[in-house]
Amino acid sequence: MSEPHVFTPTPPQPPPSSLVGPVAWIRQNLFNGWLNSLLTVVALYLLYLTVPPIIDWALLSATFSGTDRSACAGSDGACWTFIKVRWGQVLYGFYPEAERWRPNLVFFAGLAGLIGVVPKTRWRKWLAGFLLLPYPVAAFILLCGGVFGLPSVETARWGGLTVTLVVAVTGIVASFPIGVVLALGRRSNMPIVRSVCVVFIEVVRGVPLISVLFMSSVMLPLFLPEGVNFNKLLRALIGVTLFTAAYMAEVVRGGLQAIPKGQYEGAKALGLGYWQAMGFIILPQALKLVIPGIVNSFISLFKDTTLVAIIGIFDLLGIVQAASKDANWLGLETEGYAFAALMFWIFCFSMSRMSLRLERKLDTGHRR
Amino acid sequence: MKLTTRMLTAGAVLAFGAHAAAAATLDDVKAKGFVQCGVSQGLAGFGAPDDKGHYSGLDIDVCRAVAAAVFGDATKVKYTPLTAKERFTALQSGEIDVLSRNTTWTLNRDTAQGLNFAGVTYYDGQGFMVRKSLGVTSVKQLDGASICTETGTTTELNVADYFGTHNLKFNIVALGSNSEATAAYDSGRCDAYTTDASGLYSTRVKLANPDDHIILPEIVSKEPLGPAVRQGDSQWLNVVKWSLYAMIGAEEYGVTSANVDDMKANSKNPEVRRMLGVEGEFGAPMGLSNDWAYQIVKQVGNYGESFERNVGQGSPLKITRGQNAQWTDGGLLYSPPFR
Repeated sequence: MSEPHVFTPTPPQPPPSSLVGPVAWIRQNLFNGWLNSLLTVVALYLLYLTVPPIIDWALLSATFSGTDRSACAGSDGACWTFIKVRWGQVLYGFYPEAERWRPNLVFFAGLAGLIGVVPKTRWRKWLAGFLLLPYPVAAFILLCGGVFGLPSVETARWGGLTVTLVVAVTGIVASFPIGVVLALGRRSNMPIVRSVCVVFIEVVRGVPLISVLFMSSVMLPLFLPEGVNFNKLLRALIGVTLFTAAYMAEVVRGGLQAIPKGQYEGAKALGLGYWQAMGFIILPQALKLVIPGIVNSFISLFKDTTLVAIIGIFDLLGIVQAASKDANWLGLETEGYAFAALMFWIFCFSMSRMSLRLERKLDTGHRR
Repeated sequence: MKLTTRMLTAGAVLAFGAHAAAAATLDDVKAKGFVQCGVSQGLAGFGAPDDKGHYSGLDIDVCRAVAAAVFGDATKVKYTPLTAKERFTALQSGEIDVLSRNTTWTLNRDTAQGLNFAGVTYYDGQGFMVRKSLGVTSVKQLDGASICTETGTTTELNVADYFGTHNLKFNIVALGSNSEATAAYDSGRCDAYTTDASGLYSTRVKLANPDDHIILPEIVSKEPLGPAVRQGDSQWLNVVKWSLYAMIGAEEYGVTSANVDDMKANSKNPEVRRMLGVEGEFGAPMGLSNDWAYQIVKQVGNYGESFERNVGQGSPLKITRGQNAQWTDGGLLYSPPFR
């Protein structure tokens, strides 16, 4: 009697080599069809034309050493010595050197707070509360000084990345609640509230930020009595905040409109009042829906901060421009602009990554 | 547009009305303890922050001279960087006390716009740069030349006027921006490059081989740059005007920051003795101490020192004195007598 036949399935064959491995990937993605092959070749050629010279300019032939212009003499590459020597100004503007620990402290405390609120810990609520209320006050006192034995540093001496971050963060933090209130006001049933909000939003959205800043710096002083001088930075802050708030309002309104009517009715059926319904039911859903739009506004605000340079405030870009006008460093605009672009990219990219994270964390369905 | 004009006028009336009442800028400045000086956001040699974050330049030295005259301390200045658009408003509204920001002295600005110019710190004007290898020494030899410049500025018209009156042919290559025009000239597309002379020198530094280019001596337009103050305050106007004249006069009489102490003690020249406050009481009528000019020369230096340090041979710009030499050397600088 022979052994009963045991079925042994044929082991699965590895996929044909034309479908796996790097070669296959290249064939499938870069050379499938004559048009794509042509495009690939052209793209590679363009990359070959641009990338090596850029790397050569920015890194290989670049000068990093020295403390003055002569270090860069005879080199075809970038002169990063310029940025190195001006590093303090790029970060702090004309903030007195002995006091630079203050912006540092403000920045790192804020950063640590932001990182700290991400994981779910016992302290999270306290930390969030600290970031929202005492932190801005403490930051303001630290940066301005004049109390608790801190020497006063007037805002005219602030500059560089410090000003960029102060304008951006203040704009972001202050414009968000104003924007939410404006959005709610625009959808309100009360005619006066509604028309005030509509007029504000439409007027501000219909005017370029540049003209708002110009008005605040060129026209406003003419109408004020002599001796009354609004701080320039404060003027810019108010302008930027109100401007972003109008855009924010429209983004939030989009979210409010996306919430099904049933949610409003359900909230009412539960006996919730207007603020309760908005606070517990509608806004949490609406805001979550429009996170990409909100972050979009914030990133655009961050880049718009460079416009304060046109009213004579030296933000990151402004200080780089001013530095390249120093007779000792003439002709180094390219390095300055390239560096400023890199800094802006780092901050904007971090913001967009954070928004993605936040979206994933708050994702509780509704994905369409 | 009409509304804007009306609003502007209303604003100007409001602003000037307020100032006519409280015009004593000198008292205000003394009370607050510093001179608020409106400066450029960055112009090579005239006003730009240096590596240490201090402003320096020819325009900046005027601010420092005023502070030295008023306080005996050239460091008592606060700077407000201003754009070209907001500079006059800043002065009219009282945000700044002096505007020292490469501003051209014109009839309209001096009368209708509520400013008073206190003098000329730099006689600028349109000039021409060519390659040394051309062997050209005068604009009149540039017959038929192609000339690079920026579009939409008066520079084109000035070239047409000058070449027309001298019966010379020319060929304008107008480019979108200053940096494009510079690049075109550097790449050899034009024989000459034209813009204001101070700009020519800072452009030359940026060229591939600065030493291969020369700036021709002819200046074909008038751009006198100088400090300005608000109208209606002649005391303050005098302070700024004579601070500048003290720098110019000191150079004429050979008083420098190095020898000013020696001059003050030993000079027999009555002009120098009056200027430095050894003889007579010339500070008091302006509301200043009697050693006001001494302090300027001691702390800021005379005009020549400031010129060479900021834009002349001691700086990368290497601007030659030209029209900005003393009248005794064939230039236009001339200080009224200290008497």
